[in-house]
Amino acid sequence: MHDVMHGVLGLYNYWIVIILMMTGFYTVIARPNLVKKIIGLFIFQTSVFILFISMAKIEGGTAPIISEGARIYSNPLPHVLILTAIVVSLATTALALALVIRIREAYGTINEDDIHVQDEEA
Amino acid sequence: MEEHLINNVLLGLLMMTGFAIARMRSLLAVTMLTSIYSLLSASLFVVLDAVDVALTEAAIGAGISTILLLATVARTTDEEKAPRHTPLLPLFVVVATGAALIYGTLDMPHYGDPMAPIHLHVAPTYLHVTPEEIGVPNVVTSVLASFRGYDTLGEVTVIFTAGAGVLALLGYRTRRRNSQNPEIRKMVVLRVITKLFFPLILLFALYVQFHGDYGPGGGFQAGVIFATGFILYALAYGIGNVQRIIPYGKLRIMMAAGLLIYIGVGIESMLLGGKFLEYRILADDPVTGQQLGIMLIELGVGITVAAVILIIYYGFVSRKH
Repeated sequence: MHDVMHGVLGLYNYWIVIILMMTGFYTVIARPNLVKKIIGLFIFQTSVFILFISMAKIEGGTAPIISEGARIYSNPLPHVLILTAIVVSLATTALALALVIRIREAYGTINEDDIHVQDEEA
Repeated sequence: MEEHLINNVLLGLLMMTGFAIARMRSLLAVTMLTSIYSLLSASLFVVLDAVDVALTEAAIGAGISTILLLATVARTTDEEKAPRHTPLLPLFVVVATGAALIYGTLDMPHYGDPMAPIHLHVAPTYLHVTPEEIGVPNVVTSVLASFRGYDTLGEVTVIFTAGAGVLALLGYRTRRRNSQNPEIRKMVVLRVITKLFFPLILLFALYVQFHGDYGPGGGFQAGVIFATGFILYALAYGIGNVQRIIPYGKLRIMMAAGLLIYIGVGIESMLLGGKFLEYRILADDPVTGQQLGIMLIELGVGITVAAVILIIYYGFVSRKH
């Protein structure tokens, strides 16, 4: 029983990450609204960030800034990867949203189903 | 123990916010929930010792992303139409993928395990070598700017390209008149607070920029905070006033200048006989050289990030409602 509890707590972060990831994935594939799809992608990528940062954590560790009195530091490498990934995610999100604005101007809608209908008629 | 409790509660809140975002139809409400989702994950990053990441996520996810989403919703539509297909197939795909992924986690090292493979390769070297060779207490900064300087150069290039892409898509027109929602002009509290906070935000951005070697921070976060200050001012006082201080032409030069400073540091170290981005050759003392190199490239990163974000914002607000 104790082992099972330990296993569940040890993997809890990863399971929540997967649930979040699938929530984002579902929003991307099931919702026709383009802005909603981008928000789904946003949830998906934030869940990947949480996965990396959870793996970097060391029990009893502290933030990786060298200081007196601290002996165990959490792993700085995933922090670096995710820090830059967040900034890149902003850049890609902005580009996607700019495309959505242009699609709205061209089609008068941001609903995927309506866009397909218009494309077939044309 | 408390740490675990906070961690678990925050993850639970994140899950609830995620479900609410997936279910709701009003895009305005979803945008605000997305902002909350980002703020929650930033709090989680603090608990998980990733203070630099938390600062970035709070400034970008909860700040700039929300503003861009709001600008898009204002220029498109707020209501989401119901999907035409039944959600059964996507639901099945998602549940199957999720189950496979959860099965995959069963082999993973447990949370917080110091003997996990991820902690046994380069990470201990970075932590061990940084104080003597780089002379910078914040290991995240030393890895970002020095050990993995090539990666970071690539990322700054991506951001630059995204700025250019948004520019190509949305174009740019200077607003002659200071077009602004007249309702905002009546909100005295908002306008006074903005005026009080504007210099403090810029000061904080400079602190984050130049204190990034010693505490959480650096060029990425500072650039975002700097741009946020101007966006806040534009929201309260109209975009025309901000464009008078930082015209579009200057931003275009800044965007390229930051990247050129970064590449320039690399070329300078090559001219001095070292390799590309080998900072220790920049000064007589290798440690001083490292510190100098890190400061310069962080400055380049900050300039490019701030300019790109402002250019993206200018592009968004230049389109009609």
